[in-house]
Amino acid sequence: MIRLAAVLLALALAACAPPPLEPRFIADGLPEDLADWGMVGVRDGRLAPAEGVQPYELNTPLFTDYAGKLRTVWMPSGQAATWSDDETFDFPVGTVLTKTFFYPKAANGAVAPGDGLTLSQTGQGLDLTKVRLVETRILVRRADGWVALPYVWDEDQKTARLKRTGQPIAMTLVRAGRSDRFTYQVPNVNQCVGCHGTNHATKALQPIGLKARHLDRDVSVAGIGFNQLARLEAIGYLRGLPALRAGGVDWLDERLPLDARARAWLDINCAHCHSPTGPADTSGLYLTLAAAGPQLGLCKPPIAAGQGTGGFRYGIHPGKPDESILVFRTASLDPGAMMPELGRALAHDEAIDLLRRWVAAMPGGCG
Amino acid sequence: MGQGMRRIFSGLTIAAALTLAGCGGGGGGTASKPDTAYQETLIQQLIDAKPGDVISIPAGVYAIDRGLSLEVDGVTIRGAGMDKTILTFKGQTAGAEGLLVNASNFTIEDLALEDAKGDALKVNEGENIIIRRVRAEWTGGPKTSNGAYGLYPVQVKNLLIEDSVAIGASDAGIYVGQSQNVVVRRNRAEFNVAGIEIENTQNADVYDNLATNNTGGILVFNMPNLKVPGFGTRIFRNRAVGNNTANFGRKGTAVASVPAGTGVIINSNDKVEIFDNEIGANNTANVIVSSFFSAGYKAGEGTSATFDPWPESIFVHGNRFSPGGGKPDGMDLQALRVAMFGLNGALPDVLWDGYVDKAKFVAGKLDPALAVCVDNGAAKVLNADLPNKAKNPKVVELRCTLPPLPAANVVFAGPVPAESKIPAPGKS
Repeated sequence: MIRLAAVLLALALAACAPPPLEPRFIADGLPEDLADWGMVGVRDGRLAPAEGVQPYELNTPLFTDYAGKLRTVWMPSGQAATWSDDETFDFPVGTVLTKTFFYPKAANGAVAPGDGLTLSQTGQGLDLTKVRLVETRILVRRADGWVALPYVWDEDQKTARLKRTGQPIAMTLVRAGRSDRFTYQVPNVNQCVGCHGTNHATKALQPIGLKARHLDRDVSVAGIGFNQLARLEAIGYLRGLPALRAGGVDWLDERLPLDARARAWLDINCAHCHSPTGPADTSGLYLTLAAAGPQLGLCKPPIAAGQGTGGFRYGIHPGKPDESILVFRTASLDPGAMMPELGRALAHDEAIDLLRRWVAAMPGGCG
Repeated sequence: MGQGMRRIFSGLTIAAALTLAGCGGGGGGTASKPDTAYQETLIQQLIDAKPGDVISIPAGVYAIDRGLSLEVDGVTIRGAGMDKTILTFKGQTAGAEGLLVNASNFTIEDLALEDAKGDALKVNEGENIIIRRVRAEWTGGPKTSNGAYGLYPVQVKNLLIEDSVAIGASDAGIYVGQSQNVVVRRNRAEFNVAGIEIENTQNADVYDNLATNNTGGILVFNMPNLKVPGFGTRIFRNRAVGNNTANFGRKGTAVASVPAGTGVIINSNDKVEIFDNEIGANNTANVIVSSFFSAGYKAGEGTSATFDPWPESIFVHGNRFSPGGGKPDGMDLQALRVAMFGLNGALPDVLWDGYVDKAKFVAGKLDPALAVCVDNGAAKVLNADLPNKAKNPKVVELRCTLPPLPAANVVFAGPVPAESKIPAPGKS
């Protein structure tokens, strides 16, 4: 009798508790529920990656209105990505990436910046009593290429549903001494191409952050430290990892030169469009790590900036951040002038400060 | 240079902008309340579009609060008429364009895009693009805070823009950039800084258009640091009249250097033929031929080594000029006018800054094939002598001829019709 009761009790509990997460590759279609993928899920009040789903972070992340981001990568058993020195790793069909955008909760329904949180704080999951989930984006490598699917979390933070048309979400962000109301914009799937279509001729989507220089980083999860690239290799997700590597740049690392930090920020925030193959090649301004001279904006007149000039004549006026279009546009909140064009409604004040110091320190001038 | 706008020819003396009273806008704006629900449907259609689809937007005024985009080839977007189907972006909070298209075999017709925060319609990279009977308008009249471009195809191959209207752009109403094989015809551009602008584009035919009440009517520019230089533009059978709206472009843009009162301006571009147009009542000059240097930029600084800033192989002939040049934009040009032509005199029909690339001289002379030729009846040319700091401006003869340029080869545009149908000014 006792044994039977125990079995019944176990069955009853199993019926209440959600089933364990089982990551899977969905080869086609548009799954309506994020849970269908089994990559991340809410268990015991936390949003956490499933077993075998590897969380990661970037040396220098892309700014999205101070949102925190929990990123994960998963591949079907036996599959691995192939190393590249400079480009996005070559991922096998079946790879599923997730990126969950969240904010720490503040008083009165407001939120606080989450962009400073690291894997040591988020890698084991997000405590939903303390965090507001906004959206989780899936980037899945299917037979025909990468497909982007945005899922928006409902208000009770239990379910994230596919929202291909995007969604504006009114929010208030509180920081030290200030409070800003803004509209967080979940992009529609066509807009995903705006950043991830790094080759504008083919329009093929590509992950942006999964490059050697962004991932080569020592992190800590659950008190255990490791190098991310070494970890990816150890769990069989990455082949061809060289022993000697160029490393990467954390834009917040004050021990590094200003130039390296500013260029790292421009690389991850701008270079997916502002490259010789990207949609912003129309401007002749390239913000890749390789760019120099007028291509980087030095004394370069704008091409089609419109209001985006801010009244200034040059992309970068060495020594004069207050007369540089690049600084003006990254600080602007006007949709007709701001850069990047997508993915932010707030200015990244700390980055603008870095860019200003970078331009101010440049020798020479224009005109 | 001080705080003033740097206008082309402002190198003459002190740069200063004449403040002309801004003219009224094109009207527009309907009384009926916009439909806010439709945008969700439209975004879904743009996402789900398949090649061959026609997205039909019924008559109505639709409020759009974020940028729209299309990524699928072979799609047509069709409204019920440029005054019947209106997408209004007045409340737009996100997106650098009203509608952004990155697709080939794309047609958009019979609708209006109003008050976009940035550009109204941008088509970035694609082949076989048709923009037909589309109105892009900022309804509050010319303002610096208006979006930059009305109809803005860039890096496209085989393009037809016809029977469209562009009003109020703070840069160019119709702007074709970095493209090949282009026909721009029977459009109306009013109250923009630049009415119609062809930039770094190869083989363009611009005909039967009306450009009026802009700062500059029709522009053919080359800008530095781009992958391709522009050449081969024919401007014919257009009316470029009364383009005297004060320059309201944002300082720092190329068009901010255009003097108000310019009919047609060629800047740093090559192989441009301007013929059979009606050009008049433009208060600075009916035609300006100038180099990048005249916009206040230095040679070699901030520009790629391959950039050629000299306008070459420019042929102006057989146009019907009516009086212009009587009230040029800027103190310097005004002073020049009075000094050379008297208190009640006017600058001649063609104003040339005088820059010539001496590096290309053979035996001390420029190859005649690279010349600026003005063979236009009694029309006179003023060489402003800017390379010598305007020390010796004088009326010059540039009478020569150049071989006619070939027509643009846009198959779906057909040949140039024999009969010219230029739109009338005013509300469409």
